[in-house]
Amino acid sequence: MSKDLTIRDLHISVQGKPIIKGLNLSVQQGEIHALMGPNGSGKSTLAKGLMGHPLYEVDSGEVIFDGIDVLELEPNERAKLGLFLAFQYPTAIPGVSLANFLRLAVSAVRGKGANGSEKDGLIPMREFRRELREKMQQLGVDDSFARRYLNDGFSGGEMKRAEILQLAMLEPKIAILDETDSGLDIDAVRIVGESISQLIGPDLGVLIITHYPRLLDYIRPQFVHILLDGRVVESGGWELTQVLEAEGYDPIREKHGIAE
Amino acid sequence: MQKGDFSKEFLQKIAAAEPQWMREKRLEAYALYESLPMPHTTKDDVWRRTVDMRTQDYWRRTRRYLRGFAVENYHPSVPNGAVSSEDVDYSEAETAGGLVQVDGRCQHTSGSEILKEKGVYFADIHTALQEQPELLRTYFMNKAVTLETVLKSGNIAQRNKFDALHGAFWQGGYLLHVPKGARLEVPLHVYIKMSEAEQADLSHTLIIAEEGSQVVVLEDNLSTTPDASGLHSGAVEIFAGQNANVTYVQAQRWNRQIWNFASHRAMVARDAHLCWVTATFGGRLNKINQAVVLEGAGGNAKMLGIAFTDARQHLDVSTAQEHVSPHTSSDLLYRTVLKDRAQSAWGGNIYVYPAANHTDAYQKNDNLLLSERAHADTLPGLEIQAHEVRCTHGATAGKIDAEQIFYLMSRGLLYTEAEKLIVEGFFEPVMERIPLKSVREELSTSITRKLE
Repeated sequence: MSKDLTIRDLHISVQGKPIIKGLNLSVQQGEIHALMGPNGSGKSTLAKGLMGHPLYEVDSGEVIFDGIDVLELEPNERAKLGLFLAFQYPTAIPGVSLANFLRLAVSAVRGKGANGSEKDGLIPMREFRRELREKMQQLGVDDSFARRYLNDGFSGGEMKRAEILQLAMLEPKIAILDETDSGLDIDAVRIVGESISQLIGPDLGVLIITHYPRLLDYIRPQFVHILLDGRVVESGGWELTQVLEAEGYDPIREKHGIAE
Repeated sequence: MQKGDFSKEFLQKIAAAEPQWMREKRLEAYALYESLPMPHTTKDDVWRRTVDMRTQDYWRRTRRYLRGFAVENYHPSVPNGAVSSEDVDYSEAETAGGLVQVDGRCQHTSGSEILKEKGVYFADIHTALQEQPELLRTYFMNKAVTLETVLKSGNIAQRNKFDALHGAFWQGGYLLHVPKGARLEVPLHVYIKMSEAEQADLSHTLIIAEEGSQVVVLEDNLSTTPDASGLHSGAVEIFAGQNANVTYVQAQRWNRQIWNFASHRAMVARDAHLCWVTATFGGRLNKINQAVVLEGAGGNAKMLGIAFTDARQHLDVSTAQEHVSPHTSSDLLYRTVLKDRAQSAWGGNIYVYPAANHTDAYQKNDNLLLSERAHADTLPGLEIQAHEVRCTHGATAGKIDAEQIFYLMSRGLLYTEAEKLIVEGFFEPVMERIPLKSVREELSTSITRKLE
């Protein structure tokens, strides 16, 4: 049975300032949603709040995933349930290789003591290496990536590809992509877009958060939502992106009486 | 066990069978020891001059931690008493030789055929005093660690009460002499242990690597009991002869009840290479002076330090990189992780003397704080008297990054797992420069234990 992430009347504030003000949204496994909004509309706050960042205070509302109240959980527990956040600005962890980190992460998410796991609770090295190599080939990521320190000295494009590689390895049920196309040139957007489209399938629900529809050329969403001033003000299909492309956010702002 | 004390009478007793010159050396040290005040009781703090001071806080903190310490509470071991046999825990297969010492008394030495073949001398220092008196007379506290260390810049004299204590009452330790051209591929292992409460360990490490030789020494300082209090007043002297290649690793894992004072000094001759690794995990208060003197042109020293302290441990390290000759290079990287209420102070100086043109010196100290109450002071310094030099230095101290923790937790790691990974990553730039896999693994284990 496919699982869903349901957000009801969510309010999030940062340092006492309300940013998300009553947001409703539901994403099912297998669905692709785009959440579009201009700068300052609350996109990244929603993304970090959903993953449980300690500085993003949830004031009220519900986030239910597969019948479980996610807001009570630590970020790692959310990850284990099958939530994934591809960061807009991934954090560098100097001295920690991508491969070492991913082996820990994959082992943690799949559960210790899972089939084939070793005494230290990690998935066997050979199995992990084979899987990592496969996924790296599939996504066209260079072999040297695995040995490099996580996001340390990565270019913008490399960081985003590392995020997608992590997504591929962790096999989440719902992935939130926070501005995965930001800061990338056209070629890099294409590469990242094609990588993500390879991972799309009935087991993965995706919430693409973006202010610019470039990435959507590669991953066509079934559902498009407009975020303004911390709320979803319009929901529709692909045609909404066309309206935005032609007219921008101003007519929607006007319609809902929201100042720029 | 019988107990000695830090009296002149006891000194005469332990020196009774020693050559006249050594007895006199001890007495000279004793006179200085008696004349120097304890560091925390004086306004004219000689320790203050060991580094370029820009903050008084550094020494206030050390002095505060020295309160409650009295030399008289600790006892040097009495020679010629019965010793218990001790397990030898290094594997013969991968060692060129080994030495185990407990409470200042050598319990076991072994040397492989290779040592004999190559003419290497390796023995506890009391045996060496009988068998190699000339080597000791030439080197022992004469050229490296001395009672009055006068930096080559001339105007700074260091007189350290604990160096004097060590010079007067030293017992235990070892002499390693590697003759000209002898190259040892396999490391030597040394275990210096403390077991009894209120013991004073005054071990002396003396490594002499002659021209063109090569040697690797792995020295472990450890407590066999978790809570036996003690005093360690040690000295390490290393001589890397012309074109010699010396690797010396000292892992310090005393328990948290040991007051640890030591002076370490290495002399690097022309075109010699020294790789020097210090790892500090134990001790209640650690006050370490570590210096490398690049005496000969083309000499090179790599100084790597990792330290991980917790509870109320205090770590105070002063390092000096002294460039005497031209075309010398030194590269120091110290990284410290502090947990709970641990405190650390690091003061490092690069000295480049007038003749040392084309010096290339690097110095970096980084500190990672895992708790709000941990504190690190870091004071890099330069004193340059030559032209055409390249000196780089830097220091950082910062709390563990909440964004790093969140990122790793969002991938399924527990807080503790995320913290461990960040700490391992923090040490990695030091670890990756340590040439021996066995050492890297040993140190990783100690780091993991600190995180538990």
